[in-house]
Amino acid sequence: MIDKEVTTADEAVADVTDGATIMVGGFGPPGQPTALIEALLRKGVRDLVIINNNAGAGGAAISDLFAAERVRKVICSFPKAIGSTVFDELYLAGKIELELIPQGTLAERIRAAGAGLGGFYTRTGVGTELTEGREVRRIDGVDYVFEAPLHADFALIRGHRGDRLGNMVYRKTGRNFGPIMATAAATVIAEVDQLVERGELDPETIVTPGIYVDRILDVTRHNEEARR
Amino acid sequence: MTRLTREQIAARVALDIPDGSYVNLGIGVPTLVADFLPSDREIILHTENGLLGMGGAAIGDEIDEDLINAGKIYVTETPGASYFHHADSFAMMRGGHIDVCVLGAYQVSQSGDLANWRTNSPTAIPGVGGAMDLAVGARKVYVVMELLSKTGESKIVSECTYPLTGRACIDRAYTDVALFEFGGERPLVREIYDDITLDELIAQVGIPLDDGR
Repeated sequence: MIDKEVTTADEAVADVTDGATIMVGGFGPPGQPTALIEALLRKGVRDLVIINNNAGAGGAAISDLFAAERVRKVICSFPKAIGSTVFDELYLAGKIELELIPQGTLAERIRAAGAGLGGFYTRTGVGTELTEGREVRRIDGVDYVFEAPLHADFALIRGHRGDRLGNMVYRKTGRNFGPIMATAAATVIAEVDQLVERGELDPETIVTPGIYVDRILDVTRHNEEARR
Repeated sequence: MTRLTREQIAARVALDIPDGSYVNLGIGVPTLVADFLPSDREIILHTENGLLGMGGAAIGDEIDEDLINAGKIYVTETPGASYFHHADSFAMMRGGHIDVCVLGAYQVSQSGDLANWRTNSPTAIPGVGGAMDLAVGARKVYVVMELLSKTGESKIVSECTYPLTGRACIDRAYTDVALFEFGGERPLVREIYDDITLDELIAQVGIPLDDGR
């Protein structure tokens, strides 16, 4: 029997170690796996490399992880955030490393890793300082720059509904990086608003097939338990 | 002085967006363009975080915690909207499926280079977001900005001194003073709004401009 359900966020992230590279879903608050990030903070792991669109924005949990100086390096497209100066202070004090990647290239590098590709050539960033020193290839008269796949040890993502096989659907703009991160990490841990019985999700609408997901947490039930 | 306001610039851009277009609007003044799209045209707005068919800002009961735009503001969805993940969203942009994007700019060069993601300030936090993808991917790249910086320098320059977002990617720059078109040997002045002559505009910008009016 396949049962990927975990009942607590702490159990879900129990094997994350210091120095791990972790993809974290979310673009702003939607899609941010808050309960899993909080568990990561409680676990106390450090020297983390975080791959996210932003750098500590999108909610208190991710902001706290940065503020606690658990993150050695962030790989993102847009570290600036309205209403959060945590990253700015760490960065200007030289306490955190930043690898800045154009957003579409970040997404496609993740997708390439998950799809088993050795990289791709893109026009994005050609002739800019973000691609300096990298291989440029002219294809049909147009310059493209080479981008390598981006893998991670873990992906922490959030969906709307899921089942014990790991099948998932998302909700509105909460989908963002979840489906691609689910394909690109060695261990994929998801939290969902609601875990349903096998067979309840319409196969035609499943966005992340369960094959990609290793652990799945019903975050509503988890939060109710935590309050008791 | 009859320079255009930010709203008037946005309204001017809106006139150039044809019926049936798929459009991405950047953060700031570009977002205002949505308020001026002619109601008799069916125009679909794309937001990089995975939505086609974005509606206006969400107010009160309309707010859904899972529905925001690229500026992380609560928005609404329109009938016929669709959601997709980030790699698909940027494939739409890079793949030439977005008809028009409207972006802000720090500088625009005479050859249509765009600089809009980073200043040279040592204390500024660099952030690029989706700007480089839009610059190379959208079929038409429109820039909106004030022609002069706060210190009175032209933002249309011979060569950008700020780090580039993309090379020779801009089609038009809509400013408070004039409308410029790129792609030729020199920028082409399409419209002048201020009570100045072309020669006075050339003196302000400081580089040769062609008259395309």
